[in-house]
Formats: sequence, C-alpha cells, structure tokens
Amino acid sequence: MNVGKGLNVLLTALFITLFFAFLFGPLVIMVITAFNSSVFPRISPWDCFTTDWFRTLAGDRMLLSGLLNTMIIGAGVIIVAVPVGLAGALALAEASDRLRSILYTVMIVPILLPGVVIGISTIIFWNWLSYRLGDLEFLTDGIFLSILGQVTFIAAYSMLVFTSRLQRYDFGLTEAALDLGATPGQAFRKVLLPFLRPAIASAAVLAFLSSAENYNTTAFTIGAQSTFTTVLASKVRYGINPSISAVAVIIIAITLVAAIINEVHGRRRHALLSGGRARARIMGNPILCIAGHPAFVALILLVAIAAAVVAGGRYDSSVCTARILEEKRALQEKLMQQMTPAAPASETTPAPPPPPTSPPSTGGGLNPYSGVFGGGSLPGPANPAPPATPPSPSATSSPSAAGQPTNPYANVFSPGNLPGAAAPSSPPAPPSTSSPPP
Amino acid sequence: MTKTVNLDHVTIRFGSYTAVDNVDLSIAGGEFFSFLGPSGCGKTTLLRCISGFVEPTAGRVLIGGKDMRGIGPNKRPTALIFQNLALFPLMSVADNIAFPLEVRGVSKRDRRRRADQLLELIALAGQGDKKVQELSGGQRQRVAIARALAVEPDILLLDEPLSALDLKLRQHMRTELRAIQKQVGLTFIYITHDQGEALIMSDRVAVMSAGVIEQIDVPAAIYDRPRTSFVASFVGETNALHGKVGAQEDDVVALDLPSGRRVFGLAGGNRRYRPGDACTIFIRPEQLKLATAESFNRLPASVIDIEFEGSTRHIRLEAEEAQLRLTLMNEGTPASLAPGDRLELSFDPEIASVLPSGPMAKA
Ligand SMILES: Nc1ncnc2c1ncn2[C@@H]1O[C@H](COP(=O)(O)OP(=O)(O)O)[C@@H](O)[C@H]1O
Ligand SMILES: [Mg+2]
Repeated sequence: MNVGKGLNVLLTALFITLFFAFLFGPLVIMVITAFNSSVFPRISPWDCFTTDWFRTLAGDRMLLSGLLNTMIIGAGVIIVAVPVGLAGALALAEASDRLRSILYTVMIVPILLPGVVIGISTIIFWNWLSYRLGDLEFLTDGIFLSILGQVTFIAAYSMLVFTSRLQRYDFGLTEAALDLGATPGQAFRKVLLPFLRPAIASAAVLAFLSSAENYNTTAFTIGAQSTFTTVLASKVRYGINPSISAVAVIIIAITLVAAIINEVHGRRRHALLSGGRARARIMGNPILCIAGHPAFVALILLVAIAAAVVAGGRYDSSVCTARILEEKRALQEKLMQQMTPAAPASETTPAPPPPPTSPPSTGGGLNPYSGVFGGGSLPGPANPAPPATPPSPSATSSPSAAGQPTNPYANVFSPGNLPGAAAPSSPPAPPSTSSPPP
Repeated sequence: MTKTVNLDHVTIRFGSYTAVDNVDLSIAGGEFFSFLGPSGCGKTTLLRCISGFVEPTAGRVLIGGKDMRGIGPNKRPTALIFQNLALFPLMSVADNIAFPLEVRGVSKRDRRRRADQLLELIALAGQGDKKVQELSGGQRQRVAIARALAVEPDILLLDEPLSALDLKLRQHMRTELRAIQKQVGLTFIYITHDQGEALIMSDRVAVMSAGVIEQIDVPAAIYDRPRTSFVASFVGETNALHGKVGAQEDDVVALDLPSGRRVFGLAGGNRRYRPGDACTIFIRPEQLKLATAESFNRLPASVIDIEFEGSTRHIRLEAEEAQLRLTLMNEGTPASLAPGDRLELSFDPEIASVLPSGPMAKA
C-alpha cells in the first residue's frame, strides 16, 4: 500500500513538473537567450552575458515604427470594438428568446471565420468602396483597414465579455432609475455603466491584446505598412537574433507587473469589501495600509525595473564578446586549415578581423555564426539565397564559396552541401512580397 | 399633494395570455389601497401599468384625472417600490436616496440636506455613508421607501415590499408603513399576497384572482361579507359546505346539504337565488359554536384532533358533510374535549355567507 501511495505521489509530482515545464519552459529559455551574446537565440553554448540585445532592439527602426502602429491600431480597436460589443450585448439582453439566438449566431460568426478571410474581405470591400466614392485615400489606409478588420471579430469578444457581466445585472435597477425620474440616458450612465465598469476594463484589455497579437487579418489589411507582429514575422523569415527574445522579456515583464498589481488590487479590494477583521487589520496598521496599496506596489516594481534598466545599461560585455569572437576565429582558422588544405580562395580572401569593441549588430554580418540559420543559408528555393552564388553539386569540394568567404560554417546547411539534397533548379526567389520595408 | 388613480376598464395581454382582465376601479387621493391576490394573478403587471412600464392593451389609466397613455415612467407622478427593492448596489445609502434629486439636477448640498431629512424620517439618521449591503433587511426596506419619497410622488406604489422580511420584522414594518403613510399623506397602492398585511394596513382592499377583481371593499367587509367563493376561501380560514338552495326570503337563504340537513345563511352580495342553485355556505372557524339547546343550524361532528395555541384551541372535526375547523377562545375553563368525542356545532345565520359555488383559493 505504502509503495503504491509513494508511487502515486511521485507520478503526480512528475506530472506537475512536466506540466509546468511544458507551460513555462519555452518562456524561461527565451528569457535566458535574451542575455546571451550569441547571435542566434540559444542558451548553449553560453557565450557572454550581455544586455546589448535590448540596445539593438531600441535601435530597430522597423520594430519601433511597427510598435507605434500596433499601439495606434490597438487604441482604435478599443475605441470602436468596446462600444460595439456593449451595444451588441445590450441588444442580446433585451431581445426576445427567438431573436436572441439568431442575433447571437450572427454576432459570433466573425470569431469562427478564419482571420485570413476577414482580412481579405476587408481589403476588397473597402477598396471597392473607396473606388466607388472616388478614390478616398483614407479608406484604403493600412491602419484604418486593420482597425476595421480586427474590430469585426474583436467586437464579438467584447460582446461575450459584456454578455457574461450582463447576465448578473438586474434590469430592475434600470427600471427603478427610470421610475425615479431618470431619463434613459441617465439610467444608462449612472446605473448600468458603473455596474459594467469592470467588464469595460476587461473588454478593453482583451481588445488591445487581441489586436496587438493579431497576425492573420493584419497581414492583409496593413498593406504597405507594418505592425509589431508583421515586423516580428518578417524577422523570423529573414533570420532572427536575440533581440526578439529581448522583446519577449519586455512583454513578460509588463505582463507580470500588470498581473501583480492587479492581484494586489483585487486582494485589497476583497479584504476591504468583506469588512470585519481583514479590513480592520488593513485600516488599523499604517504600514500594512501603505504596503498593501496597489500604487505603492506599482512604485516598487517600477523602481526595480528602472534599476534593472540602469544596471543593464551600465553593463559592458564587450571584453567578453571580443574574447569569444577571437576564440571562434581561431577555431575557424583551424577548421579551414583542416578542411581545405588546397583551397586557394580562402587564402586570397582572408576574413577581415572584426573590430573587437563593436557591439553585435542586427545584421550579424561580422559574426562567424551569422550565416548558419540566416535565411540565406537555409535550404529551399523560397529563401532569399545570395543571388550571386547558385550552388552547384560540385560545391562539396570547395566549401568556401565566393559568396561568403569568411565563414567556414556558412555553407554547411546550404543546399549544395547537404548530401543527397537536390540542387535547386529554380533561380533564387526574391524576398517574400508581403513584408516590404515601411 | 395627493392624486386619484382611475383604472378605466384596463386589460393587459401578453400575446394571447390575459394578465389583467377589465379592471375598473378608482382610488381616492390619500387612500391606502391594497391589491390582494395569490401569486401570478397579475398584481405586479397592474402596478407596472400604473407606473408606466406596461401600456394597457385596452382601457385607460388616469392619474389626477389625466390620461397617462404615452407618458413614460420617469414622467409620471408615481414612485414604485420594487418587489426586490432594486436599491443601487454601487451607491451609498445617501446616494441611493438622493438619486431622484440628482437626476433632476438638484445641487449637491440640497441633495445631501434632503437625504438627511429622509434618513431621519426612516430612523436611519447618520447612516447615509454606509453601503446598501451593510444594512439589514428592514433597513433596506426603509431606504427604498425613503428613495421613493425623495421623488415627492403623488402616488407611492409598493410591490410586496415586506415579502422578503422575516415574520417579526414584517409585523413591525406593517405598522411603520401605515404610520409613514399617515405622516406623508400620500396615496399608497400596495400589493400583497398576504391577507394579514392587506387587512391591517389598508383603507380598502381589492381581491384579485387570475387577472380579475373579485371584490373591492373595506377590510372588515372583505372578511365578513365576501362576495365570491374565491374571496371567502382566500381571505382567512373558513369552512365550506356545498349544497343546493332550498328557498330564499329577503337575504336569508335556506341551503339543503347532501346529508339532508337544512342550514340558513345570508345571501352574499345581495344575490337572489332560485331553488336548486348550487351554492356554498362559508362559516369562519371562530364563528362556529358548540350547540346549546335552543341553537339551530346544527351540525353533528366528531373530534379528530386538537391543537392548543395558547389563546385559542384549533379543533379539527369530522362532520357528515365535510371536515370542519373550529376555533375556541381559551376562557380559562379546562378543556373537556378529547379526540373521538361526538358533539354538535351550530352557527349564527347572520355570519354565514351563501355564495354561488365557484373556483376557490388553494389552501
Ligand atoms: N412581460 C411579460 N410577458 C409575458 N407574460 C408576463 C409578463 N409579465 C407578467 N407575465 C405573466 O403575467 C402573469 C401575472 O404576473 P404578475 O403580474 O407578475 O403576477 P403577481 O405579481 O400577481 O404574482 C404571470 O403568469 C406572468 O407569467
Ligand atoms: Mg408580483
């Protein structure tokens, strides 16, 4: 019996561990990679602790302008989707039973539709309308279209949030307000709206998050512009570096801070509302009263973050990165000597030694590993391979092709070097058309 | 100011369902008027019609002589106290009471002053800053009344306002409500399914059944002179004996019971019966007596059981015609009755009502 019980506990513990590892493992790994100086996001081999990826991020024009667009679109979506969702929920609440189920289905359809369909139909419709109205520019603007496209389904999310809140609303309260002399507008503003305030906040947050993370619809509606997600997506396509992990760290930090403040706020509110001893304890003790206040907690968290930012800004990893770079170059030379005993090309074009103090750049052109997973060296005709080097089956005998003379690994995965891989017969495709620079 | 309320042949239908059927009555200014009826008989619907949430399907509602058709609830001189009170949970007590003033644009200072006055009226002075949830049931009740009074309505409509309270509080609030009504002198229209409330507080009572007004009268008349079988069986306890009319002279009716016995009572509602009409005679348990030598209207019966309730004894008896209930005052003499005893009951014809047999209230 005891053995069985012990086994049970063990299995449960194992399951829980695995479950959390599954949930949070990727996040933890990603956070760690943001501080590794390696150009590709990874945790081993560990190169150097660095905060440079945040600097890289801060200097990334594309990403920042995408972020700005995301903010604008998010704000627009909140402004439109929340009232529309509220109106829908109110209509549902007041409709008769038969009408309600029809109305509900109609309003829920945009959630069920693939985002791509919404995206395409939005462009087509508004382009047509714009054309019909005599080429109204703003009707085909990427931000305008993205807001509208996203609102079609995010308004339905808002509606669901409001519907669940309204289920607990006693419409007798609105009647009471009317009976007491309020106009319908006053009854709405003074009675229903305060009741819905938590739902409005939830709906706004949900709307913003759904808008910010949306890709399917936005990829179509944004047109020549870009948002945070479309920039990220194109980055992944062109080869990522840990500045993406740095983005993740920032997002996770913001989420955590918001969650902590929300939790503190909720607990305090609960304690105060429940009255009795919990409340007396908070009100009676000035330290508890201040320490438990959400604003105070927010202040502490902000100070901690500011400290982390300042400390990170001071930290200089250049010495370490220079050393690592040197080691790699040595290794590389050794490999080159081993692999190409008679390759005149490598002799004639030696690698230009990178300046040891330069921070890693986004392009990573100077880094020995930059090409490994860079789009240019991934197999497949869709990837933008360097146009100048159509790989030939005979490349195996001369690994340092003319295109990337400095990097011994550059061609390891290139199509021509893969044993058995068919050489792409098509010419190298141009970069994907959906993500042009802004 | 007080205003009269006239319901002019008001009918309210929901689809094919008739919730209120041809109600025609008028309520005087300053009157405490109650609608009494079982749950689902259309009382709330009628009240919502007076306050403007429901338009009558047919007929008119007049307040102070003015037709109210098309006038919304917020424009009528009525204030409704909802069955569940409908206090605003997110506002303080004072804000609840001052709400009608707020929406009328009264300044904050005046609002506060008026709220304080009303809090005093309902004996909750100094508790204006509390949350509604922090009050007891009876206090919330009074807040709802104060909030309605803040409207300065001509007519106060109350929808079973005491039904959520426990018995003690309910009895206390009855007197309190009546006192408030006397003090402010408004027309009160009160809805209840509790006959005790209706009889104690009201100037007049309308008994309703299935959307129809059965009788409108002062409380004593409702109890002593019911006009229909429904009223007789719904208001108070009663014994019902079915039979056929033998003869009628003036308003005294001779009713032949199935057992062959003939009893006498008064024709309810000044009706004229013909011999052979199916009728029911109603006798209150406290108006049944133990028969003496000279009594007539005799009913032999045997005791089933006895409930002792301090001031009274409730005795269940089996008569040939029906089961009977008898209430005897405790007059200090030791109880000489025991289950199984046979005895003879009698009643005064003056207090027994003979009414056409019809639908009766469920016990
Ligand atoms: N809005 C409505 N739609 C349909 N039927 C209703 C509506 N309001 C009330 N009723 C019906 O009218 C009848 C009377 O209801 P109500 O006036 O609330 O009764 P009471 O207050 O006497 O208990 C009930 O059968 C109820 O189902
Ligand atoms: Mg009711």
